Amino acid sequence: MPSEFIVRVNGASVSVPAGATVAVAMVIAGQPCRSSVIGEPRGPLCGMGICFECRAVVNGTSHSRTCQLLCEPNMEVKTDE
Amino acid sequence: MNNYSRERFDVLVVGGGPAGIAAAVRAAESGDRVGMVDENVAPGGQIWRGGPSEGPHSSEASSWLVRLKQAGVIELLGKRVFHHLEAGVLLAEGLDDVWELSYRNLVLATGARERFLPFPGWTLPNVMGAGGLQALVKSGLPIQGKRVVIAGAGPLLLAVASYLRKHGAEIPLICEQASASKLARFAMMLIRHPGKIFQGLQLRKDIAGIPLATSSWPMAAHGKRTLEAVTISRAGKSETVQCDYLACGFHLIPNTELPVLLGCRTRCGYVQVDELQQTSAQGIFCAGEPTRIGGVDLALIEGQIAGLAATGRTSEAKALFSKRERFRRFARLLDETFCLRAELRSLPSADTLICRCEDVPCSRLREHTSWRAAKLHTRCGMGPCQGRICGPATQFLFKWNPDSVRPPVFPARVEHLAAQPQLIPEVTGEVQ
Repeated sequence: MPSEFIVRVNGASVSVPAGATVAVAMVIAGQPCRSSVIGEPRGPLCGMGICFECRAVVNGTSHSRTCQLLCEPNMEVKTDE
Repeated sequence: MNNYSRERFDVLVVGGGPAGIAAAVRAAESGDRVGMVDENVAPGGQIWRGGPSEGPHSSEASSWLVRLKQAGVIELLGKRVFHHLEAGVLLAEGLDDVWELSYRNLVLATGARERFLPFPGWTLPNVMGAGGLQALVKSGLPIQGKRVVIAGAGPLLLAVASYLRKHGAEIPLICEQASASKLARFAMMLIRHPGKIFQGLQLRKDIAGIPLATSSWPMAAHGKRTLEAVTISRAGKSETVQCDYLACGFHLIPNTELPVLLGCRTRCGYVQVDELQQTSAQGIFCAGEPTRIGGVDLALIEGQIAGLAATGRTSEAKALFSKRERFRRFARLLDETFCLRAELRSLPSADTLICRCEDVPCSRLREHTSWRAAKLHTRCGMGPCQGRICGPATQFLFKWNPDSVRPPVFPARVEHLAAQPQLIPEVTGEVQ
């Protein structure tokens, strides 16, 4: 795997280092991971799979905990609305 | 779901941080079949977390990780234990697989998490845990040139400051809620813990020049869609600091959900253990932070004792007791120094969200007198984190006691739950 590659976050291309988690890609992209019950944008909080704030849609699977998931080339990530 | 697998172990260790690794290594030395299950993709837990922006591990971490490989421990990584199927059997799930893990003896080394306290604006993106931001940087988040305010309680704040600065972050301020006199006493008492003095001195050098404000805490985070600034109460005066990230955690709390589910008795929030790290539940041992927040040194010793005891090598375990006692004294010192001050209870305003999963504001919780009543009427603590974030917060804010733990101990995929008909929840009259 190359040392950096591209994933897509809400349609925009983001370059991430190999081994980066999907949560990292979303923070680099400046995109919220999810929209809360009352519609607030949310991003990662605990970074260790406990708080579920970083869940997003990864390759079509919603509620994926992105801090526990590694990026793969050409992954499609979207904010969980 | 694609795969349903069964594995049988003499000793199963849950948690792959220092305590779990030490337990697994010592248990495997006996020739028993030992498994170690952890939800992360690599062993090491939070403190020895590797990642793309990480250099080599410390010599202590490397030597334990090498021993783990050599000892023949079967590592089950990227799998999270979510249920207790029956006596001696746990269920774990990966992304697309379910594992039925049977054991004769079990070592629980489930670690700790940061305690988060709510204040206005704490739900904004880029307000994170101190350990949370560090974990993200270890996982590849570039931090070079970013301004990071670090706030909360506990020695982790200083370790995170040192780490982030080494990776190029600008740290305008560290806020510790404990008073200067408490911190001074802590520093003085470190003399009794020689290893810690060295670590302390190194840390002091690493963070030299960063202002460390005592009796200080975040009052509000500001920003439209993401964090832009934070207002700090700094020794009685308020001051607003522009920043890209607020790394904020109020010391640590133990992960006791799985131990409680398995029937282990707790006292003051910690899993009760005897001198051999055995819990009140037969054949179940516990080591590391769930028994008391004491850091990596205590975790390694407790893990070893648990691993030895779980394989019947009591005399070898006993040889480690005096060392453990020394590290337990350090744990007590941590408790005394970093206990939370009462002023932090008034941080949330009426509309500050306390439960981030269900968006329950403080004003709605104030109508209730117990965690249970609040859960039933407001859905506080009923979201995916199952109260792991707001539970400890309400315990501090309102002095509410936590509830019993019910399976699944973590939200699991429906198809993984459905793999076991025993898991279909009973219908009760309770509001879900």
